[in-house]
Amino acid sequence: MEKFRVESLNFFYGRVAALKDISLSVQERQITALIGPSGCGKSTFLRCLNRMNDTIRGTRVQGKIFLDGQDIYKSGINVVELRQRVGMVFQRPNPFPQSIWDNVAFGPRVLGLDKHFHLPEIIENSLRGAALWEEVKDRLKQDALSLSLGQQQRLCIARTIAVRPEIILMDEPCSALDPIATLQIEELMQSLKKDYTLVIVTHNMQQAARVSDWTGFFWMGELVEFDVTEKIFTRPAQQLTEDYITGRAG
Amino acid sequence: MDKGVIVTNRGGISGRRWTEVPIEATIRVLGFSTIGFVLLIFLFLLREGLPIFYEVPTGNLFGTRWYPTFELFGTLPLLLGSILVTVTAILIALPLGVATAVFVRELAPDWVREILKPMIEVLAGIPSVVLGFFGMHFVAPLIRNIFGAPTGLTVFTGALILAYMALPTIISVAEDALDTVPKSYRDAGLAMGATQWQTIWKVVVPAARSGILMAVMLGMGRAIGETMAVMMVTGNAARLPLTFDSLFRPARTMTATIAAEMGEVAQGSTHYHALFGIGIILFVLTFLINLTAASAIFRKQRRGGLR
Ligand SMILES: Nc1ncnc2c1ncn2[C@@H]1O[C@H](COP(=O)(O)OP(=O)(O)OP(=O)(O)O)[C@@H](O)[C@H]1O
Ligand SMILES: [Mg+2]
Repeated sequence: MEKFRVESLNFFYGRVAALKDISLSVQERQITALIGPSGCGKSTFLRCLNRMNDTIRGTRVQGKIFLDGQDIYKSGINVVELRQRVGMVFQRPNPFPQSIWDNVAFGPRVLGLDKHFHLPEIIENSLRGAALWEEVKDRLKQDALSLSLGQQQRLCIARTIAVRPEIILMDEPCSALDPIATLQIEELMQSLKKDYTLVIVTHNMQQAARVSDWTGFFWMGELVEFDVTEKIFTRPAQQLTEDYITGRAG
Repeated sequence: MDKGVIVTNRGGISGRRWTEVPIEATIRVLGFSTIGFVLLIFLFLLREGLPIFYEVPTGNLFGTRWYPTFELFGTLPLLLGSILVTVTAILIALPLGVATAVFVRELAPDWVREILKPMIEVLAGIPSVVLGFFGMHFVAPLIRNIFGAPTGLTVFTGALILAYMALPTIISVAEDALDTVPKSYRDAGLAMGATQWQTIWKVVVPAARSGILMAVMLGMGRAIGETMAVMMVTGNAARLPLTFDSLFRPARTMTATIAAEMGEVAQGSTHYHALFGIGIILFVLTFLINLTAASAIFRKQRRGGLR
């Protein structure tokens, strides 16, 4: 099942084009990885999918992005609703300077879910879903900033899944973490795949190869190649892709 | 990466040049003399004010009546007068100040911000006597007409003027506090599907709360020490403000008392010592307020601050 379909997307910061004619589709309950050198537009592309670029002044979007067949840039689209469906985890763990409990409860409270569902249950399920429950169940009232970075990042994932999005975008979620915490997040991605569609940006080629089903290779604002991960890493169609994944370019 | 360059930072004294020695010495002397002056002022205050505490029985000193001509030095009405005016002023200024800071920092388009910020600074520069004059001739009549207070010179009138004076401080300190809240918190809020409004009130403002508390403390420090405007608009009746209508009755603050009576007392008299005694109380009060503000900052820093 196709979740996102992107059709000839162009993106501009002022007059500078950051994305040029991108077309691809994201499959439901699969992990799509975006790779490419620094500054090639991976984050920009990711932020187009939940319209977080709207918060940056002077930016412009051209082309279409369909979520379940509906154009998310059409006028009249409720951006707040869109972001509830498309959650996001950032590069640096950014829990709010509040308790662990309040962090996870933030989304449900803001959306009024706590009126219809049992909040403690949402919180436990979300923390379990993010593989953090066992580590924090006895100190939910503690300041979130007292957690280790890896735990903070899993808390951010818990916070995101607490509102039951359909898609989770992750922008280099492991780049601030040590190898063990990275491994935990990667395992977590595999288990999240059962319920969510994941789009991740990564600098780490092995990570893309290990966890993803689909891989897109970006180069200077263009999508050079997009295919099944196995194919990209074994028989890429483009010379540039091969040079990049073997470390000869980039 | 600059390879091969080894920088040994010895820090402190060993690394400086001989030309810096006299400069550093001068700065040090200036720095310490500031502390010295503050100490001297405090000692002077103690010397002139402390005698009152044994010249007059405590019951009288903390009594409810301030009639120096009859040897009644009850400071309670003045103390409560100051506190009531200040607290009312802060209750008015806090919501206004925080709302303005949020508007300027979070919501206003760039060009509005460019106009508002200098205007707020100009506001801070208006001399208090001008505000007092304005209060007497415009605000007081309004209060008289709306609330039926006989002269319109009331606690509430004073609080309005004081709130106005504390606003620039509160706005700019609160705005700085909002400014230190990292963009990543805002992004996280918005990406969760919170509206901009929810993100501001549930994420940004709570994250800035220690800075906002500091803004309140500084505004309060400014308000409680203010003299001229308060003397002009509060009516100056040394009345114990304990009834429900006290807000719309005159009151007298500690500062106004000192300013109004200092000119006519004989140096060294009991009345003279009493006025300095009030000065000591005022000093202690402002000191406590500043201490609270400082400890708020300290707590923030110890928590690792705001990233
Ligand atoms: N807010 C911005 N304003 C202007 N230009 C920007 C902005 N953000 C990114 N860019 C530019 O857009 C291009 C793509 O940036 P983007 O952050 O999407 O790259 P990236 O692939 O995510 O890089 P990295 O791997 O370093 O995160 C870069 O040339 C960058 O300089
Ligand atoms: Mg990036």
